[in-house]
Amino acid sequence: MSSSIENLVNREYKFGFITDIDADAIAAGLGEDTVRVISAKKLEPEWLLEWRLKAYRRWTTMREPHWGNVRYEPISYQVQVYYSAPKTRNPLGSLDEVDPKLRETYDKLGIPLKEQQLLAGVAVDAVFDSVSVGTTYREQLAKLGIIFCSLGEAVREHPDLVRKYLGSVVPYSDNFYASLNSAVFSDGSFVYVPPGVRGPMELSTYFRINAENTGQFERTLIIADKGAYVSYLEGCTAPKRSTHQLHAAVVELIAHESATVKYSTVQNWYAGDEEGRGGIFNFVTKRGKCAGANSKISWTQVETGSAITWKYPSVILQGDNSVGEFYSVAVVNHHQQADTGTKMLHLGRNTRSTIVSKGISAGQGNNSYRGRVYVGPKAAGARNYTQCDSMLIGNRCGAHTFPYIEVGNDTAQVEHEASTSKIGEDQIFYLQQRGISKENAVSMIVAGFCKDVFKELPMEFALEAQQLLGITLEGSVG
Amino acid sequence: MTAPVLLREFEDFAANGGGSGPSWLLPLRRAAIDRFAALGFPTPKNEDWHFTSVAPIAEGTFRALPGGPARSVRLGAADVEPFTFARPDWIRLVFVNGRYDAALSSGAARPTGVTVTDLARAWREQPEVLERHVGKVADYQRTAFTALNTAFMHDGALIQLAPDVALETPIHLVFVSTPEAAGSASHVRTLIVAGHHARATVIESYVSLGGATGYFTNAVTEAVLGDGATLAHLKLQTESERAFHVGTLQAHQGRDSHLVSFAYAAGGELARTNVYTLLAGEGSGATLHGLYLLDGEQHVDQQTRIEHASPNTFSREVYKGILDGSSHGVFNGQVFVRPEAQKTDGKQENNNLLLSAQARIDTKPQLEIFADDVKCTHGATVGRLDEMALFYMKSRGIGAERARKLLTYAFAAGVIEAVGVPEVRAELEALTLRRFAGAGAAAGS
Repeated sequence: MSSSIENLVNREYKFGFITDIDADAIAAGLGEDTVRVISAKKLEPEWLLEWRLKAYRRWTTMREPHWGNVRYEPISYQVQVYYSAPKTRNPLGSLDEVDPKLRETYDKLGIPLKEQQLLAGVAVDAVFDSVSVGTTYREQLAKLGIIFCSLGEAVREHPDLVRKYLGSVVPYSDNFYASLNSAVFSDGSFVYVPPGVRGPMELSTYFRINAENTGQFERTLIIADKGAYVSYLEGCTAPKRSTHQLHAAVVELIAHESATVKYSTVQNWYAGDEEGRGGIFNFVTKRGKCAGANSKISWTQVETGSAITWKYPSVILQGDNSVGEFYSVAVVNHHQQADTGTKMLHLGRNTRSTIVSKGISAGQGNNSYRGRVYVGPKAAGARNYTQCDSMLIGNRCGAHTFPYIEVGNDTAQVEHEASTSKIGEDQIFYLQQRGISKENAVSMIVAGFCKDVFKELPMEFALEAQQLLGITLEGSVG
Repeated sequence: MTAPVLLREFEDFAANGGGSGPSWLLPLRRAAIDRFAALGFPTPKNEDWHFTSVAPIAEGTFRALPGGPARSVRLGAADVEPFTFARPDWIRLVFVNGRYDAALSSGAARPTGVTVTDLARAWREQPEVLERHVGKVADYQRTAFTALNTAFMHDGALIQLAPDVALETPIHLVFVSTPEAAGSASHVRTLIVAGHHARATVIESYVSLGGATGYFTNAVTEAVLGDGATLAHLKLQTESERAFHVGTLQAHQGRDSHLVSFAYAAGGELARTNVYTLLAGEGSGATLHGLYLLDGEQHVDQQTRIEHASPNTFSREVYKGILDGSSHGVFNGQVFVRPEAQKTDGKQENNNLLLSAQARIDTKPQLEIFADDVKCTHGATVGRLDEMALFYMKSRGIGAERARKLLTYAFAAGVIEAVGVPEVRAELEALTLRRFAGAGAAAGS
């Protein structure tokens, strides 16, 4: 069994190339000046600078959290570069003016920026290091009143919307990494879907960290107004570097009455090499608020990259009858560590949530599911179903489950189940004796294990996710 | 009982009474109190105490010193008779306010190879076995209350079973608190040593008399199971609802040994039960059952930790809770599988029934797995009675109220069935029936 899975697990990270491009970066280090420089470079209004500074001052009083089930060497926040942008002739008139090298990079990543090359029905916003380099399909979306642009642009063109919603779900004081992000966030995507409008296509952002020692601090804000629907995809890659790179993003989702936001992530940051050198530290705060009645927020994530993942996409179920969902596949191999899960906070009546989490550990990876289901005293008729399953491949990895279930209402119904087991040798044996190679057998079993999550992903992403999983696990059955 | 006060008390204690006993005892006490000074009382930041604040204990003024009015209490046999399961013939040690009472204890003859004696006597007569095990199993390095108990332990029991001894009748330890116990803490300590292939049942009852209030029981039981030994341990905690209780059972299990634990918790204003076991020997296993029935303002916390440290070990765990009034229940179940514990088979389940809108439950089943060839599952549920079942019963002519009570009883009965001692099982059934089904329903069933 060993050789085939080893092959499967040890396949190279194919996005590890470095783009040699001139960058406009500021000096490393962090202080109030850094925050001011970032804000000035982005031509931001005074209120946003003030907000950033408040966040920065709060951050200086906070301590780095260490409750996660992850181990890593201390991060020095002063050697990071907090702003790096590819040098271009600003401002861009059209996507064709994007630096050809940058275009090449995205082509290599399979993210065609040119609209004619797009997969039908996916509008893309690409973020390179710290800035958004181009958003496709804007006009078509604008006709429906949908705003899809970089957050930087939104600050300039739709300041009222940004001011109203920025920090309304993840306040600048939320946690150590969210505060850091609030102080130095560079760019990210902004989506606003007006009342009653259904997004006609998947909106997508591709994040890429390129420059060395650069932290990426993107911030995404998605608002679905009454009765609106939007589906959003996020993908990420980074080059191979021998040092760790910091990624501390914040994502805020707001669903008003009867609105639906679907957020899918395929996270494939560089995971470090087989010895655990390098790789991204992925410390992300993602949270959605079902503000109105009958609203719905659905998170789907496939986490295959990063040296360390620390991420808990959550839903605040405030509106009556609102629905929260979390579907997750997290894979760790070599020395990767993931501490991920979700929080479902039931505040409104008849709120419902579903959590399906699949963890796969291989090599010396450690995978933790950490989840919180809270039912407040007023959340009459709340309902939660949680299932978390872990699969272990190899005897040096670990799988851990830390569910917190807090129920303060007797009409609530909460169910949690979890299981951990080894990849089924009898299943592999069965498939092999039907003429299927060991490698394919493992792929099939893993795909079956993750089926409940993959079926939630938009089609193009589901295929990508399945392939990615194959790459991450290559050679891991031993 | 703030930490500095405790440290001063310890000096007094060490100077009179605490200093007696074998020569190794005082250094052990000192190590424990030093450890406690370093640890301090746990705060909700401590992951094991996330949902339970011990402020009422930490800020209380419980005196750990011997003497005082609590000591001069004299009870008659009739006073403790209700706690004896109508079995005066069992080997029984009775402790009043944390002090061994020879007159109330049964002098039943110990079968060959069985030692059941109070701790004060054991210090004198069997110091070797105590030295070998006391403080070695119950972990005072990491657990503040165990450290506190180790520093102040004064009375309790030593139970020792020679290899291959199978004891048919249970050994019963009764810890009674009376109104005179108000304001005092009792740190009782029990050591159970089962030789290889020995079998026994130990029952610990924590009860109160005459409306006792405001006392604090901090009990620690250490159990050492030799190869192939089977220990059934029943803890029945029905302390006063105006009292504080922290009780820890910590076991170390040899090859092919089996610990069968049942923990019943219905008393205490703030109560905590810890059941920890280390499956050190290959093929060993633990079966843990628990039932907690809460009402009023009670806060009752159950914590279990099963550490699979050898191959082919198994664990089975079912804890159920019924919460009424504005009570707050906590369950925290940890299953830890070390890398060498291949072929581990673990199952854990926690079910909670909320009977009132103000009741609150926090449950945290936990799996930490470092071996790959394992089969571990856990499940947790919170809910109220099944509407369909209620409807069915109503359609069969059973009144709504009675249907509710019967279903509640049935929920608890699932765990009570696991109790291996018929007398205890019958009493728990009667107790739950009385509590949830009322006299009328009981007569009808």
